[in-house]
Amino acid sequence: MIAPRLQRQLSSPFRKRINRAPSPTVALALPWLTIVFGSLSPILPVIASAPVMPPFGFLFLIAWRQLRPGLLPVWAGAPLGAIDDLYSGQPFGSGVLLWSGAMLVLELIDARFPWRNILIDWTVGAVLIVAYLVLAAVLANAAGGHAPLSVILPQLLTSLLIYPLVERLIARFDRMRLVRIRRVH
Amino acid sequence: MAPPSARRTGHSRRAQYTTFFGYLAALVGALAGGTLLVISILNPHAFASWRGAANDAAAPAARVATVGRSGSYGLFGTIAGYVMAGSQNARLQKEMAIARVRLAEAQAIADENRRLKALLGLRDADPRPVAIARMISSTAASTRRFASISAGARDGVTVGMPVRSPLGLVGRVLEVGQSSSRVLLVTDTESVVPVRRASDAVPAFITGRSDGMLQLRLINLGINPLHIGDVFVTSGSGGLYRPGVAVAMVTALTRDGAIGRVLSDPAATEYVTVEPVWNPAPELPPAPTPTAPPRKKKASATHKPTAKKKR
Repeated sequence: MIAPRLQRQLSSPFRKRINRAPSPTVALALPWLTIVFGSLSPILPVIASAPVMPPFGFLFLIAWRQLRPGLLPVWAGAPLGAIDDLYSGQPFGSGVLLWSGAMLVLELIDARFPWRNILIDWTVGAVLIVAYLVLAAVLANAAGGHAPLSVILPQLLTSLLIYPLVERLIARFDRMRLVRIRRVH
Repeated sequence: MAPPSARRTGHSRRAQYTTFFGYLAALVGALAGGTLLVISILNPHAFASWRGAANDAAAPAARVATVGRSGSYGLFGTIAGYVMAGSQNARLQKEMAIARVRLAEAQAIADENRRLKALLGLRDADPRPVAIARMISSTAASTRRFASISAGARDGVTVGMPVRSPLGLVGRVLEVGQSSSRVLLVTDTESVVPVRRASDAVPAFITGRSDGMLQLRLINLGINPLHIGDVFVTSGSGGLYRPGVAVAMVTALTRDGAIGRVLSDPAATEYVTVEPVWNPAPELPPAPTPTAPPRKKKASATHKPTAKKKR
């Protein structure tokens, strides 16, 4: 008797309270918070002597944008990019410009391909990631560096391969976004 | 997935305005980004205070995260270590035997050095470190190589101070916040370190390659005298870095120099010391000043007649 009920509760842990509703604060703030946390990934305990980490802030941004269109406003790229610039080591403004550009490009793609699947999502994500990393390297070089573009190849590969996983992670966060934690009277 | 219908605004004026101003804000954001970018390209330190404040804010969290990193050599290094443990062990034992002999020789040389310095009345120039700090983060996703350390203006750190670990040079301080500062690692392409070979004094420059390796460029062109395994130390020319700090070991030769490995891999260092700027300038001027004025007079005296003749 009890076992099936327990199983059912565990399989949908977010719907076990009847008089609870999702908190609008959490529902609206969680995408922004996760992207900021992605931008903070340089403070992870990995001191790298080469650019090897995927740009998690950017990956989270386009994953949220592709999974839940309309949740982040079109202008979200500018403030989030500014926060990313403070930690990423890029010249300040490169994130603001590139992230805003990515949001606008995604808006155009949305209008062109309204029906999508994982392959289209991954392809669009891949194009954006390649463009972002190459342009970011070019802008960093314009601001004083002289790194050859071949330096970003390993990072490019890891970013492209990890993108579907990032989308799954963001899908998890999206479920968490609607946790029923607010008491409804 | 079905397309969301939120894009269609319908007849609602409010929804139409929201969409329109959303696009407008996105465009303005992109333009603002371009402007900020131009400013920071023209003046790279224009937003240093913002970055400093942001780093200060994130420093406590980063410090907690760093505690787990001590001793590890990075993820890939650990895996490679397991794979190559056997052959590496044999090689290390052989190297150890050689190093023991070398150490004894070095000890003797250090003794002699101290004796000679005492004769000359020189004091050992090992400066006291300004601060001892943790490496708390690095820009692992950008092609620029910056790191943050957990010491800032409050600890007496100023811009330009060299940062080193027991194994060698790490970089120099680029921007200073209140309790953290940003370090330009030697592996960054903008970093230039004047060095010399440790065995003899073949002078060279070391610049970063942004991929964890260093580019060694010889100053004297000619036949490349370098060999794989040569160790380079700072030469102290130009000030900033005091001489004798180990920087790199040659791993591959190129036509006009070599490619080297950083001796103090930032990934393996937890604590670094910030040293005062090594500035030999105050010791140099007294020698040339007494002789300089008469020479100038002579020079001007000899020049004037020639000038008149030309007229």
